[in-house]
Amino acid sequence: MNTTRKALGLLAASAGLTAGVAMASDDGTRIHWGPYMVDDKRSGYTYAGAQTRAMQDDDFQNPAFLWLERGADIWETAAGETGQACVDCHGDADEGMAGVGARYPVYFEDWGKMMNVEQRINWCRETQMQAEPFAWESEDLLGITAFVKNQSKGMPVNVSIDGPAQPFWEQGKAFYEQRRGQLDLACTHCHVDHEGTLIRAETLSQGQSNGFPTYRLKWQTLGSLHRRFRGCNRNIRAEPYPYGADEYVNLELYVAWRGNGLPVESPSVRK
Amino acid sequence: MTSIGVAILGRLPAIPVAGLGVGLGMGLLLAGSGALAASEPLKPFTVVEGYTVPDPLTETPGNPEHGRKWVINRKLGNCLSCHEMPIPEEQFHGQTGPALYGVADVYDEGELRLRLVDPKALNPYSMMPSFYKVDGLHRVRRGFEGKPILTAQQVEDVIAYLMTLRDTSKRQ
Repeated sequence: MNTTRKALGLLAASAGLTAGVAMASDDGTRIHWGPYMVDDKRSGYTYAGAQTRAMQDDDFQNPAFLWLERGADIWETAAGETGQACVDCHGDADEGMAGVGARYPVYFEDWGKMMNVEQRINWCRETQMQAEPFAWESEDLLGITAFVKNQSKGMPVNVSIDGPAQPFWEQGKAFYEQRRGQLDLACTHCHVDHEGTLIRAETLSQGQSNGFPTYRLKWQTLGSLHRRFRGCNRNIRAEPYPYGADEYVNLELYVAWRGNGLPVESPSVRK
Repeated sequence: MTSIGVAILGRLPAIPVAGLGVGLGMGLLLAGSGALAASEPLKPFTVVEGYTVPDPLTETPGNPEHGRKWVINRKLGNCLSCHEMPIPEEQFHGQTGPALYGVADVYDEGELRLRLVDPKALNPYSMMPSFYKVDGLHRVRRGFEGKPILTAQQVEDVIAYLMTLRDTSKRQ
């Protein structure tokens, strides 16, 4: 597959979310958010400024598409002792990976706990390909994660919290509601109780995860949800957990569940 | 009438929010143990009738000009992150908490002092940080353990500044 065809494939994959949203209504006072608002759930897209939204909507402007191209290359590049690439087992990503980004994290039997997309990719590399795992926040892991999740773009987030996932959802919920740090804040205080109000110039969002990995203008790079968790924890002067920690994967499950029904936007653009 | 214990007991209803039963045990365990050895112990304060801390934390009276700086400073009070105040040179006052124009017409010094040192003694569900409290906190970030957000003197300075806000018209 040449680069042009790959790029066209990426464009096609994301076309569903970019048409006809964020239109001002006739009286100019309200915005109809289209698929970005489901009942009272609001994607971070609806809190972003017009320029940021425009950047996300235009695949040629969205800086995250550089990582998508990297991810597309990784998908087809053989690695590890077995000399295999993702494509050798999974086939075309737009078929094999469609829906994956919408339903992760999932309960992983071998681990007896939850697994997110980054962990699944590295599990595949280590166990199936016998390749080195990618480091968290490396361009490679961000790229392939964004690429895999992008195959679900526009599909509603639909994580399961039934059966074996249930106790981990409970732990994620407990984390979400636990006050922490010198500022003594729980996630709920900002993202549930005071969602929509101003902290200085920033509007508190619902903290939805459907756009991750996200290109954050503040970071000037793509970043994972766990990076955002760590930043949030630091802001309230709480000790963050390591990338991929069970605490954060359980939290990821809870946060994704809060956003069930919102469209996968990965990779989104945020302030 | 009552002592520091009230502030700690006042936190008990917060435990369902905290979501972890161990919060209760920790709170009691830490109560009275004071700050970590590396930090200066907090000055004790007395909550009276459950709604006020009438005695200042320091002998030096609060300085309202200093207090005005602390409420702006993002690494200290950072009060502007949530509250609007008559500070026109600063853009973008937060609106998550109530605006503080005329707050001195509503509360006296002692009532403001309790709201600063431990607002959750009044409302266990409050989002507002306790600015002069180190016990019963969870996973405080390295470097901040055992330290209150504001020093006792800074608390008094902020109170002195807030006591100048006697006009609700925003023209101050």
